Formats: sequence, structure tokens, C-alpha cells
Amino acid sequence: MTLSTPHLLGIKDLLPTDIRLILDTAQQFKDVLQRPVKKVPSLRDVTIVNLFFENSTRTRISFELAEKRLSADVLNFTTSSSSVAKGETMLDTVNNILSMKVDMVVMRHSATGAPHFLAKHIPAAIVNAGDGINEHPTQALLDALSIQEATGGLQGKKIAIIGDIMHSRVALSNIYLLTKMGAEITVAGPPTLIPKYIKEAFNVNVTYNVKEALEWCDVANVLRIQLERQNQPLFSSLREYNLAFGISRKLLDEIQKNIVIMHPGPINRGVELDSDVADGNESIILQQVENGVAVRMAVLYLLSNRES
Amino acid sequence: MSDTVNASVNIAHLSVVFTSILKPGLTIYLFTFTVILIILPKIICLKTILNEQQISLTLKRLAHQVLENHIDFTDTVIIGLQPRGIYVSDKIVEVLRTNLKGKALNYGILDITFYRDDVRREIKVPNKTDINFSIENKNVILIDDVLYTGRTIRAALDALLDFGRPLKVELCVLIDRRFSRQLPIQPDYAGKVIDALISQKVIVKWKEKDAATEVVITE
Repeated sequence: MTLSTPHLLGIKDLLPTDIRLILDTAQQFKDVLQRPVKKVPSLRDVTIVNLFFENSTRTRISFELAEKRLSADVLNFTTSSSSVAKGETMLDTVNNILSMKVDMVVMRHSATGAPHFLAKHIPAAIVNAGDGINEHPTQALLDALSIQEATGGLQGKKIAIIGDIMHSRVALSNIYLLTKMGAEITVAGPPTLIPKYIKEAFNVNVTYNVKEALEWCDVANVLRIQLERQNQPLFSSLREYNLAFGISRKLLDEIQKNIVIMHPGPINRGVELDSDVADGNESIILQQVENGVAVRMAVLYLLSNRES
Repeated sequence: MSDTVNASVNIAHLSVVFTSILKPGLTIYLFTFTVILIILPKIICLKTILNEQQISLTLKRLAHQVLENHIDFTDTVIIGLQPRGIYVSDKIVEVLRTNLKGKALNYGILDITFYRDDVRREIKVPNKTDINFSIENKNVILIDDVLYTGRTIRAALDALLDFGRPLKVELCVLIDRRFSRQLPIQPDYAGKVIDALISQKVIVKWKEKDAATEVVITE
């Protein structure tokens, strides 16, 4: 049993059976990470390059750790210290790296579709670690694993995605994944940050009232306001955003229901999430980070088969 | 096998002649053809080596042999190999537990998927590993259903070392396919030693998972 795709470019291309396979495999890798020797030799003959054309801490460290736990050889690449700064094209850069016999590419880029472009032109397996405002598939998979652990499953669960839906690749990947696995979704946030036809396009509920979304859901996935992707002001100030759409302890106490709080990180404390909520009992933010390594190990392991 | 096929070809030939004399219908011709050439050899080739009662006796013998060498199980642990070895180890542990009369016996299961030497030729779906005790300085008895090339056991030894340094590792298998090893690995306890061709398959079936409990050999 293998994945139906040779690359992981987005959740959009995956079948529900692929998602189930990745989550089940991740569960076994999670067990590996609890052992005295947190490492398996599965990918010891595989070389992986992490191409990060955009900044990242969590995702890059998580991928690197996953690769090392699988015994793969790891190369790291960041734009600031490379020939991209000298004007080399992306395809040239990647082809140069591949000619040194690299088997897999993990890639983050600020342009939507960059990994899809690469997949058409190079023979290596590609894992998308976030492309512009399109998709961030491994984040959605680790969110799904965390939801499954916290609530016992995905089928029929009510998930609210709150915040900057417009610029969030995490939101899009989550919507694809959760819909495929039979969960219900409500997106909530300011009207300027929710795409106009999202209800028709993805069959999700839309509300501009965060309290209403919280009262409805089992799990709230709170997203960061992506100021770096907003070219024009879409709300008046961060403080105003916090008052209208941020999640505070007071708001959680008012809804009188136990819900799970998630956040893909990095958190802007006091904007979308207040500190006492982020560190509270209902938050599973650090479990998400822990699951990230296991999910990425599963993805790399399942994509590593090679015709001999 | 080739003799059987030759014989069946002859019989098929005869039956064709007969049926064409009796009633030269195409359906009858095809039917006899299928029965004699395809179905019959299959039935002949599927040979049962051990039936349910024999398996049960063999497992009891294996358990007692293990007991003979490890009277006190304080320093000995049992580890069954996923996915099919655990059916054997479950039953051996059951016999051991009745004989130990309530004394503690550590029993774990080990999945070796991530340690296989052919891991990238075919990606296999991993199973659960559950070893919730230390194997440091313990006698470990590995249990599997069929010992064939020895590669699974090689991987199991690698996997085991990631859990600690055992004092001694022993191997117990239900079926030992001798003369087909690709690595220098031999069992300490073997239920039944058989000679089978490389082209043949030895399958241990269990009531819980398959239709019946038996060991069969197929072409």
C-alpha cells in the first residue's frame, strides 16, 4: 500500500485513503519518538534537501528533525546565504543541487505553485512545506492528527477556523483535508479577511462573529494575522482586531462548553490569542508541534520508495 | 508438478475426445478443460503440512522447551514479531502463563517495518510496536511463524538493539524452512522443519484471521 501520488504538493491531490495511511503511519512514528533510541534506519540511503525560499523556524526544524530521525542525509538551504541572491533562477538552483545526487526536496516558497512547477521539471520527490497563500499540507496533516487525538476522530467533528482565512495556506489545506475526512467546518473572522465565495467553493459555513463560531465548534483552529502578505490595510488596528476577533479567557468562559484550541504558530500573543488562552488547559498547541515531527516522518517515509 | 501437468494434459486430451463424441458442445468442452487443467492441479498442489490439532500440540511442545531452558522468567522476556508472528507468540505465552501459575511474564510485540533491508523496494504499512519493559541484560526470546531467508530476523535484531542491550537473544519459530537461508541465522526452537522449493510458499493460517488454523504449502 502506497500513496496515490509521487509528491506531496497539496491536500487537494490526496485521496481520503492517502490521508488515513499518512495518519496511521504517523501514529507508529509517534511511538518511535517515545523510545530510548528515537531513530529508525529506514531512509539511511536517502539524501534530502530542505529548500526554504521563505522564512521559517518551526517547519524547517520539524522537517530537519524528521529527516534525521529517519537516518536520512540532510542538506539545508536558505535564500539569504545562497546564489539566489546573485540572480540564479529557482530551476537552475534546484538542478544544480540535484546533480549532486539528492533524492527528495522539501520546499517552501512565497510564490503559489512553485513546488508544482518544480515537480514538472525535476525527477526528485517533492514535499511542499508551504507555497504562498496556496497550501501547507503537512501542517493540515499534523492538525488532523492532533484533532483526532484530542476528540477521538475526524468524521462528523465540528471545526472552526478563525482569523486571516484569506492569506492563510494553513486554512486552505485544513479545509481540503477536513472536508475529505467528513468533518464540518465554519470559518470566522473579519469580512475583509474571508474570501467572498468561500461558502460556495468549499461548502463551509461562514460567520463574522467569533463567539458564534466558538459556541458551535468542538475544536477552534486560530490563525495568525499575516501582515507580511497584506498589501493594504484590511482592518484598522491590531488592538481593534483583538477586541473584535481575538480569543480571550473571558470569551471562553462565556460560552460554557469545553472546546480545544489550536494554533499553527507563530502566535501573536494579544492579537488573535490572549496569553492565558494560549497557555491554558484547552490549548493543544505544543502537542501540534510534537505531532509535526511524526507526521513529516510518515510523509517522507511513504514518498521514499524508488523503483530499483 | 510437471508430471502432474503432463498427466492432466493427457487426461484433458482424452476428455476432449470423449466429450466431442458424446456431445460436441463448446460449453462442455470448456467446462472439462477448466476442471482438468486449471482447478485439479491447484487442489493437488495445496498441501496441508500441519492441521489445527498438530499446530496446537506443536505450540505446547515449543512452550515447554522454552520453559525447560528458562525455568524462572524473571530475567527472560518474550517478544513476538508483527504482523503474523504474534499469533504464535500469543499462544505460546498463554501456555507459559498457565505453567508459571501467576508469576509475572513480560511479553511485548515488535514491528520491524522500518528496519527492513528492502524498505524502499516496496513501502510497507507499519504495525504497532509495544514493548513496555526494559530488555537491558535480559534473555529475549523472539517468536515468529516462518523462518525462511532470515532477513526478517536480521531486521528484528537491529530493531531490538534500539530498545537496549539484551544478555542473550533466542529464536523460536513454528516452521523452519531449512536450506533456504540467505543469512547465517538458525532457530533455537523449531516447531517443524520442512524442505520446500524457493518457488513454493509456506503459509500459516489462523482461525482468528483466515478461514481455518493450518499450515499449507502452495506452488
